[in-house]
Amino acid sequence: MISLNHKKRLPGSPHRSKRYYYVISSIVAFLALINMSAFKSESGSAGLSELLKPHFSKQDSMISKRAFLQVYKVLMSPRCMNCHPSGDIPLQGDDSHFHLQGVKRGHDGTGLYALKCGNCHQSHNLPGLHMPPGNPKWHLPPANMKMVFQGRTPHQLALQLLDKKRNGGRSIKALVDHITSDTLVLSGWTPADGLSKPPLTHKAFVNAFNEWIKHGAISPDPENK
Amino acid sequence: MPTIENTYSLYINRKETRVTVSPDMPILWLLRDVIGLTGTKFGCGMAQCGACTIHLDGEAVRSCVTSVSRAVGKEIITIEGLSPEGDHPLQHAWAEVNVPQCGYCQAGQLMSAAVLLRENPEPTDQDIDDAMSGNICRCGTYLRIRKAIHLAAAIQKSRAKQS
Repeated sequence: MISLNHKKRLPGSPHRSKRYYYVISSIVAFLALINMSAFKSESGSAGLSELLKPHFSKQDSMISKRAFLQVYKVLMSPRCMNCHPSGDIPLQGDDSHFHLQGVKRGHDGTGLYALKCGNCHQSHNLPGLHMPPGNPKWHLPPANMKMVFQGRTPHQLALQLLDKKRNGGRSIKALVDHITSDTLVLSGWTPADGLSKPPLTHKAFVNAFNEWIKHGAISPDPENK
Repeated sequence: MPTIENTYSLYINRKETRVTVSPDMPILWLLRDVIGLTGTKFGCGMAQCGACTIHLDGEAVRSCVTSVSRAVGKEIITIEGLSPEGDHPLQHAWAEVNVPQCGYCQAGQLMSAAVLLRENPEPTDQDIDDAMSGNICRCGTYLRIRKAIHLAAAIQKSRAKQS
């Protein structure tokens, strides 16, 4: 430890000078400022702390990060990720292979020409293995807001979800509404025959999402794969 | 369990047609077995091959998985109704290039190609791939299909200039 007191004292003595406390508190304040600006630059112009102010009562980074890792498991399951691919081809099946028939995203996320989503996908699942699953709103995110899940780390995906420029322009409340009641999200839990459900129940997923938000919407550490 | 049937007034190839069928009957069944329009073909029955493609309000839907109830208030066009006089640029081009081999998939190919040409009058090879890759042809007529679509685009353009 660096000694800030030039006066001689016994080793282990608890005595500290005023200068010691001044220097320590300056360092702490400086580090806090760096942390806040990093937060701001990562979350877009609004700044995360501002964005989240009305939504969390007690910031607890451990609880928040742990909750997001549960959310992440669901978002990266085939039922969610297959329609949030890194490229312009939707994914299919529990092995997330490229969609057959050469289907592509198109400008608005509903496909191209003779290969639009609604040409095969109906408003409901069709019975039988390998039959098209259905929803009235079946589509991918649009080309100008791809909202990619595939390949994102927990850290990257958490920051993306909170960034209006990358989350479909959604506020925190709109995000919660989306994952709670959007029928396209809910359809992940009523998959077509032969397809698996996400690893959590929808209720547990929503609870984990709310827990993440309530405790500060902290993104897991970058090294957390 | 008895099947519940309803009477529907459907617009098929620009004509109103009244049918009494189950609401979940696939349109393909209605066309072929009830109305007798057999130009649209059954291929896989699970929206995988494109042989059964028709237009529902202008979109190239797979009629083997699309129920009659979805067509209420919409217009169905089949290969028989693609052009009232049978002179759609695609039909001319298909004949000119002699596209079909066995011909089984060709009605679906034409219906998909018609949507492409309507939305993109001058398609590139990539556009053709993007539109047509969901229509499978066991005879492998893909190169002739591509050539015919380019020719149809040229015919369409030349007709537009004349009119």
